[in-house]
Amino acid sequence: MSATLAPPLHTTPEPEPQFPAKHFLNTGRGVASWLLTKDHKRIALMYLISVTLMALLGGFFASLVRLELLTPQGDLMSAEQYNRAFTMHGIIMVFFLLIPVTPAILGNFLLPIMIGAKDLALPRINLLSWYLYVIGAILTLSSLVLGGADTGWTFYTPYSSMYSTGAVIPAALGAFVAGFSSILTGLNFIVTVHKMRCPGMTWMRMPLFVWANYATSLVQILGTPVVAMTIILVALEKLLGFSFFNAAAGGDPILFQHLFWFYSHPAVYIMILPGMGIISELVSAFSRKKIFGYSFIAMSSVAIAVIGFLIWGHHMYVSGQSVYEGLLFSVLTFLVAIPSAIKTFNWAATLYRGSISWDAPMVYAIGFFGLFLIGGLTGLFCANLAVDLHIHDTYFIVAHFHYIMVGGAIMAYMGGIHFWWPKMTGRMYPEALGRVSGVLVFLGFNLTFLPQFLLGYMGMPRRYHAYPEEFQIFNMMSTAGATVLGLGYLLPLVYFAWSLKYGKIAGNNPWGAKGLEWETTSPPPLENFHTMPVQTEEAYAYADEGETHHG
Amino acid sequence: MASHAVTHTSGAHDDAGHSNPNYQHQFEDLHQQYDATTFGMWVFLAQEILFFGAIFCAYAVYRFKYPEAYHEGARELSLILGGTNTIVLILSSLTMALGVRAAQLGRNKSVFNWLALTLLLGFVFMGIKAVEYTEKWEKHHVPGLNWHMTGAEADHMQIYFSIYFAMTGMHALHMIIGAGLLLFFMYKAWNKTYSKEFYGPIEIMGLYWHFVDIVWIFLFPMLYLIS
Amino acid sequence: MGAERTTMGKAFQLIPDSASTFAQAIDANYYYIWAITIFFTIGIVAAVAYFSVKYRRKHKDEVGHPIHGSLMLEITWSVIPLLIAMSVFVFGTAAFFSAYDPPTGAMEIYVVGKQWMWKIQHPEGNREINELHVPVGQPVRLTMTTEDVLHSFFVPAFRIKKDVVPGLYTTLWFQATKVGDYHLFCAEYCGNQHSGMIGKVHVMEAADYEAWLSGTTRGETMEASGQRQFEKLGCSTCHLQDNTGRGPSLKNVFGKPVQLQSGTTVTADEAYVRESILQPQAKIVKTYTNVQMPTFQGQVSEDGVLQLISYVKSLSEAPAPVAAPAAPAAAKGGKK
Repeated sequence: MSATLAPPLHTTPEPEPQFPAKHFLNTGRGVASWLLTKDHKRIALMYLISVTLMALLGGFFASLVRLELLTPQGDLMSAEQYNRAFTMHGIIMVFFLLIPVTPAILGNFLLPIMIGAKDLALPRINLLSWYLYVIGAILTLSSLVLGGADTGWTFYTPYSSMYSTGAVIPAALGAFVAGFSSILTGLNFIVTVHKMRCPGMTWMRMPLFVWANYATSLVQILGTPVVAMTIILVALEKLLGFSFFNAAAGGDPILFQHLFWFYSHPAVYIMILPGMGIISELVSAFSRKKIFGYSFIAMSSVAIAVIGFLIWGHHMYVSGQSVYEGLLFSVLTFLVAIPSAIKTFNWAATLYRGSISWDAPMVYAIGFFGLFLIGGLTGLFCANLAVDLHIHDTYFIVAHFHYIMVGGAIMAYMGGIHFWWPKMTGRMYPEALGRVSGVLVFLGFNLTFLPQFLLGYMGMPRRYHAYPEEFQIFNMMSTAGATVLGLGYLLPLVYFAWSLKYGKIAGNNPWGAKGLEWETTSPPPLENFHTMPVQTEEAYAYADEGETHHG
Repeated sequence: MASHAVTHTSGAHDDAGHSNPNYQHQFEDLHQQYDATTFGMWVFLAQEILFFGAIFCAYAVYRFKYPEAYHEGARELSLILGGTNTIVLILSSLTMALGVRAAQLGRNKSVFNWLALTLLLGFVFMGIKAVEYTEKWEKHHVPGLNWHMTGAEADHMQIYFSIYFAMTGMHALHMIIGAGLLLFFMYKAWNKTYSKEFYGPIEIMGLYWHFVDIVWIFLFPMLYLIS
Repeated sequence: MGAERTTMGKAFQLIPDSASTFAQAIDANYYYIWAITIFFTIGIVAAVAYFSVKYRRKHKDEVGHPIHGSLMLEITWSVIPLLIAMSVFVFGTAAFFSAYDPPTGAMEIYVVGKQWMWKIQHPEGNREINELHVPVGQPVRLTMTTEDVLHSFFVPAFRIKKDVVPGLYTTLWFQATKVGDYHLFCAEYCGNQHSGMIGKVHVMEAADYEAWLSGTTRGETMEASGQRQFEKLGCSTCHLQDNTGRGPSLKNVFGKPVQLQSGTTVTADEAYVRESILQPQAKIVKTYTNVQMPTFQGQVSEDGVLQLISYVKSLSEAPAPVAAPAAPAAAKGGKK
């Protein structure tokens, strides 16, 4: 009663999946063909490797932090070392994992294919963005070699510019350069979506993953330059003794916070919007059903991007800003919750009368649901002026943003990488292990971060190397959870590597999904399609009976 | 079915520019290439506006707080040098625009000459800037590095001059990048790259150069004309 | 034992002690939002779980039913969350506003943060480091600043927190409702010993507080210190009381409007007095245009500035509120 039999065409996996003879991976061999490539697919894979490496480094620092926090005393490392550990964890994870992970890997690989183009509009700019990423990473690593920055990833002045003795400048410049990498990616996506859609691919027929990356790109190009300049001002103040935020000269440290958060708040939408795009794709593919409320989801991505620029001051309620600023930022912050709510309801509604299959990508997608819900709803606590007086700069905030960034963005990315791995490599990963890792990540994540909400309300501040004894039990739970979470992330590394040689051959469309990417070979040819496509139907047109049911 | 084969014809009488050595294969034709790349430069300039916007914001905040310090600081700058530089840059935008025109007409030698003139004017600008910076150094008006200022507003003038050097320094950096790009395009013009069919890059260079000029048109009154 | 003492470090407390007049409103907001969170999480997760089971794929070629959407549903699930979000906003803002302005007559205490300790000055002269003694049931207003980097004064049991910023004063007020000892934390990362910049707030019965004030060793009152510095630094040579000096008399200046040479009028509050000492050219009083008051930046510490402010306050006719116990001054030497 819930489903219909499809015409047995491309929704059915082919009887005997073939590995294509010629594809982008074997067209052109040797190191130079990779390091000088203009192919968006190869650049995506290079990003995959460099981002994964940085993520492992960031995860290493997270382990140091969680190990230290097992006991109330600061007994594993000195205060100085701890401060550098959490700072480098934040800088690496924010600038080198969360910002680029979905756009630079999955976005780069898929965006041209999804709109029927041969490549992005500006392939050399794309390659440049990868080199900038690598240079930024090297700068940040050099900061590590010099001892690491100890300012927190937020670089608040005057500590960062006038008091810190850590390796602040290389770390800040690393973030700066990575920021330009991000700007160029966003620029490329905007031009590509505007100018390179294949015939018939109107805006309202594009996959929602493309919409999501488009909205993200708007934020990338308009927000990142502001933090880039801000980092330069801090560097000038530290290096040359200029005065921008120096109170003795009349400077205003709170101005730094405004400039910093003007980017860093929209930055969180850079992190989550592409993930939401992935979820739209996964929910549709694994219910084999048109996404419910396509135009609402598409427009809500843009709405989040726009409103996201207006609410940075909610990070500053207790900073000394005026009560009226607090009021304005609070009410606008509540508004940004609405488009996310709209998406969540539409995704859930898509499942209604779908044909649902619990493959690993869907396990991750459902995990995202739970974690993003909690993450987003706990934003209500933070936006609420009164509650924030208490929870600001406590573990409540830490839990909130990890739920969205890790529980949301990374869960979605993991779902996406499982979903599109066969397309990118031509091989399937082992399905059972895929599901296991999804469950491990979900359980480990909750065990790690749910106690932190309680810790925060109990009063445990952030960035504390040692803490009063009554906070220990939840800290121990959190560290235990982090171990499970770490295992959940390491497992895919193993089986994805294994699958490259031993994985089942995927064929064009192992999932029976709709989308231009599934109509070309796995892996795709260099120019993405053997014959360039023309789009003649709506997105996610799974069953073409022409009935319109009221939903 | 979602797709079927389509062959590459633009319907024009030629091969839509496919035989032009500058044609990039991700595009359908040279027209799409021109369209996309110029649009890309506009997007880049939007980003640049936000980049300078951040320090313009800092300028505005401190000007509102310390108007006297700004007035006194501005008095320390040379209107003649700043004004000359403004004229130099406006002239260079003219020569740049004429270079774009030459490219559109496929006159590579003209392109080379106009870009060379633009570059020369750029060097004049940088030279005058060097003179100004040297004078600031000699008068100990460089915050942090070489600073000595008396008077009631001395402390706040540190902020004014920090902003002065950051803004003009960033602008100068963009000009240096622009100079490098000009050299590159002069080389390309020397090799007869441009034609009526393909002139987009010079236009894009022009957009960038005009933007750098416009930033100065804001900086000059904001820094020099407020005493 | 007269007063009930709550101990910190109780093994299991999901929320801190509620020890201020704010705690109730903030906790109420907290529970309200948890209710919303749990309701929607369970609701949506249940729906997702139900759909995932009921509509599981039965055979490999099956597809789902084509449904585009529903404008009615979209409107419903936009408007209802909007109303709920606005209710959360309104409740929070109401509580926030009441936390913002201290009532007149609040007891003044001064806080200076520095790496890595909290220095507290009571007007009576008592100084504390990382400890703050206050009487129960009395509004207390903290005027705070920092000598170096940003810090944040955080008392979980009071549910309040405020950053301290170099170059300006921030204020925080509370009224403690329960006698006991509570955590004081620094909640803005400030370098090496950020997690060591912690202490205790001691809320005492009024009588006990009086006893503590007079019992502990202390120097001169802030006002007296301020007067001493006023003379030592030479302020008294220009700021003659009878207005015949080079600078204006400071009698009855604090808390009142001041006309500036620029034409605007400002109120002579703590920030104004501090600025006048450290950056005297910023706001020049009308008719004193040709006088060049020298700056005392670098010659007087943040603590010293607060003492000078105390002294200037004492020159105002409306008495600067000194710590007055809520009860009439009868119970001297009360039980500890």
